[in-house]
Amino acid sequence: MGKVFYLHWPVIFLILVVGSFGFLMLYSVSDGDYDQWSKPQFKRFMVGFVIMILMGFISIDFWRTCSPFVYVFGIILLSLVLFFGDYGGGAKRWLELRSFRFQPSEIMKVGLVMFLAIYYDWLKPKNISKIFWVFIPVLIIALPTALVIPQPDLGTGVIIAMTGITMMFAAGVHFIYFFIIILLIPAFLALIFYSRGTSWQLVTDYQFNRIDTYINPDKDPLGGAYQITQSKIALGSGGLEGKGFMQGSQSQLDFLPYKHTDFIFTTIAEEFGFFGGVGLLLIYSTIIIFCLFSAYNNKNSFGRLLTIGLSTIFFSYFFVNIAAVTGMVPVTGVPLPLISYGGSAMLVVLGTFGLIQSAHVHRLLKRD
Amino acid sequence: MEINSFKKNILEKKYSRRSIIIGASQLILVGFLIKQMRQIQLNETEKYRLLAEENRIDIQIIPPLRGLIFDNDGTLLAKNKENYRIRIVKDKDSNLSKVIDDFSKIINIRDERKIQILKKLQEQRSKSSTIIADNVNWYEFKKIVANLPSLPGIIPEVELQRYYTQSEILAHLLGYVGSISSKDIKRISNDDPILQIEDFKIGKVGIEKGLDKFLRGQVGLSKYEVNASGKVIRKLSEKQSISGKDIHLTIDSNLQKFSMLRIKDFSASVVVINLMNGSISAMVSNPSYNPNKFVEGMSQEDWDVLRKSKNQPLANKAISGNYPPGSTFKMIVAIAALEENLISPDDIFECNGFYELEGRKFHCWKYSGHGNTNLLKGLEESCDVYFYNLAERVGIDSIAKIAKKFGIGISPDLPLSGISKGLMPSKNWKKINKKQSWFTGDTLNSGIGQGFILSSPIQIAIMTSRIATGLEIKPTLIKAIDGRPVTYDQKKSLGIKKRTLDIIRKAMFGVVNNKKGTAFNSRVVEVKNNLAGKTGTSQVRQITEDERKKGIIKNEDLPRNQRDHALFTGYAPNINPKFSISVVIEHGGGGGKVAAPIARDILLYALNGNMPSLEAYPFEERNNVDKILNSIKREMISK
Repeated sequence: MGKVFYLHWPVIFLILVVGSFGFLMLYSVSDGDYDQWSKPQFKRFMVGFVIMILMGFISIDFWRTCSPFVYVFGIILLSLVLFFGDYGGGAKRWLELRSFRFQPSEIMKVGLVMFLAIYYDWLKPKNISKIFWVFIPVLIIALPTALVIPQPDLGTGVIIAMTGITMMFAAGVHFIYFFIIILLIPAFLALIFYSRGTSWQLVTDYQFNRIDTYINPDKDPLGGAYQITQSKIALGSGGLEGKGFMQGSQSQLDFLPYKHTDFIFTTIAEEFGFFGGVGLLLIYSTIIIFCLFSAYNNKNSFGRLLTIGLSTIFFSYFFVNIAAVTGMVPVTGVPLPLISYGGSAMLVVLGTFGLIQSAHVHRLLKRD
Repeated sequence: MEINSFKKNILEKKYSRRSIIIGASQLILVGFLIKQMRQIQLNETEKYRLLAEENRIDIQIIPPLRGLIFDNDGTLLAKNKENYRIRIVKDKDSNLSKVIDDFSKIINIRDERKIQILKKLQEQRSKSSTIIADNVNWYEFKKIVANLPSLPGIIPEVELQRYYTQSEILAHLLGYVGSISSKDIKRISNDDPILQIEDFKIGKVGIEKGLDKFLRGQVGLSKYEVNASGKVIRKLSEKQSISGKDIHLTIDSNLQKFSMLRIKDFSASVVVINLMNGSISAMVSNPSYNPNKFVEGMSQEDWDVLRKSKNQPLANKAISGNYPPGSTFKMIVAIAALEENLISPDDIFECNGFYELEGRKFHCWKYSGHGNTNLLKGLEESCDVYFYNLAERVGIDSIAKIAKKFGIGISPDLPLSGISKGLMPSKNWKKINKKQSWFTGDTLNSGIGQGFILSSPIQIAIMTSRIATGLEIKPTLIKAIDGRPVTYDQKKSLGIKKRTLDIIRKAMFGVVNNKKGTAFNSRVVEVKNNLAGKTGTSQVRQITEDERKKGIIKNEDLPRNQRDHALFTGYAPNINPKFSISVVIEHGGGGGKVAAPIARDILLYALNGNMPSLEAYPFEERNNVDKILNSIKREMISK
């Protein structure tokens, strides 16, 4: 049990802080009803927290061995969703397993990171930037991305792709490839818009509408852009110091959509103001920095890459969520990690921290 | 092995560098988030605070009660009466057309109206509603209330609606209220919250329009906190509405009613002015209409009948009629001549039945002529030739100056719509408007109140009031607003010599009381109520020389719409006059024969405060008058 001392306690502490803050906010948006969201969320958090600690004790080699299976498992689940998935919020993203609704793309992100980590751990350093050995991880990334986008879930598709690319970057692939990617992005976007209305349209009409709403939110303030408009009103009216706990008129009076899930950050910023919102962002950033430091000091290359990849997933969660509710990017349905109400995201996030803990605990374990 | 570990070291460094780059990029992205939050939360916070308040607060407007209108004695003329009506609300769960069909089984609704209602509801956003049945009687209302459970979306409600107790009698004066039109919106300031009240009614014509700003009142506001679905969470504040101010008019509604009944057979108008204070005691225009129909909503057919009717029931002829004043204008010409010292009352002009100017004949109404005529005789017998002479001597500009002093060609200042200014021509006026110079012939025509001159009945009444008092009487309609008396200065002297006015008054007394006077048959034999006045006949068309030769000179022989208007204006009693009057009977024929008896009866009623007694009338008239008065008496009781 000596491993207890090797756990990354500052990260655990910050996770507890953010999680507790989440219960508080769920209590607020439910208008003081503890049973509605806070209580089930607390239970899930506790389960996830225990799982995280336990995962941290398990040897990094075990997770290493698991990696390809998690990836394949994710691919299978995504394929199942595509053919048998359940509709939730206008998109096919959920798998119904008895009473447990479950979003396989969450597992996929973790699986991808694990698989890329083991790939680069296995790959001889001299081969890293060779074109054939670059092409293989590109395929590894492209497969889940291609499965997620038709769900339709453009946002998660982009997150998966970006996470994979970040992994390749962290692994030390030559800069030139990333320049090529940066050059290819505008061409890819142009192709998407060019395909609009043709028989080979690359994304669905629903996705195009989302993008339209993002580009011109005033066109239909009560339609698709309603969420963003109301969200900005909540943020803006919160001002510097906020309206006070449970005093946010926008959320308390139900003007905010998905106020307990994807848009919960709006309530935080409305009730606790700029201070509250930025404070939360700084806590998230601190967690990321701790994780990157942990990776920096990791002697185990699998563990290091794993930590970088998983922290990138965590970063993508809160960045995309907050960027969406502040109107910087289109709304994609990404939850605010550790705070938004919802089971699968909470378990996956705590699960990734379990893996990060394991990598941290076994940071000195060299493999040769 | 050495080399290998060295290579590994380089690799380690590369990994570390890359994790730092990743961390730094992530922090930069977080910086963008903070920048965006700063923009929304700090720079634009005011804008969004306002929007949040707008979201949160629902303002409901409480309509004010409209002010009441009373007559001079406190009789209620316009009140607010309960109106039972039924509203239908769009409800996403109910089948609208079925509800309307079910409703129609209780209160019948025509098919085209059903389509109208459905269309209106579908055009609007959710939670919209419209009136499905208005002015429902109590029996039907009760039936709807009893059937409410089977009529989802049907809401019975009670609203207060304007009701005019005197209906036709005061229609033109009071006017009516109606829904706000786009034209009205321009009049009312755009931010008056009243405009947001559905179906709010404002004054459209008459006193209702003229005094709308007093009668309308101020809206109350209730502020509610609402949630996103519009459900009220709590009341934040309430400001009570302020009722409109009550108006007391100077109108004597009994006199008004009597006057109306007295002219009911004619297309005519009457104005009675109380000379003690300049207030208007009666203002009648016939035919009339029922203003309550406008409030309740009039059918297209009824509206077309009113609009297209030849005798213009919608017009208030007493203020909007434009008639040549005819011989009633002769007083003005006489005053002008006397004031300018151009004649002495005893100067004589000879009347041979016509006046010749540059080879053109200007006829007197009396074909055989009046012989030698002085001022008194000229007015009493209304000799046209005498006034042709006088007018030529005085000149149009002096006549116009005096006419304006007496209110001809000047808009009276009354809170009514459609007030006519009349027309008092001058040389300059003709040059500007007709692009012609003024001819002496024009002056002659003006001398007998014909030609270009136009006046409304109220202007003629004002003229007579000023002659009778020598004061600058300005007629008023408002006695009090909100219980506070409204007073006007009526004591300002006209600046006309007393001698001049005395001569004119003497002549006007003669018109009615001299055997040869044009209104001798309409004299009052009671000395205390002696009547003075002047008849007038205003030509609708000129009689051509041809027609004169053929012998068709009798007005009665012409088709009705070409016959002359009959005018009479006067005051009573002769000494210390209390009331003045002007009567215009369209196409009535001679003023003495038709208009004077009506004026006499109305003045006697005003003086008596009740039905005139037969003793006031000359013996030979009493039988005839008795019949007329009795029939009016019966109708006054029955109405």
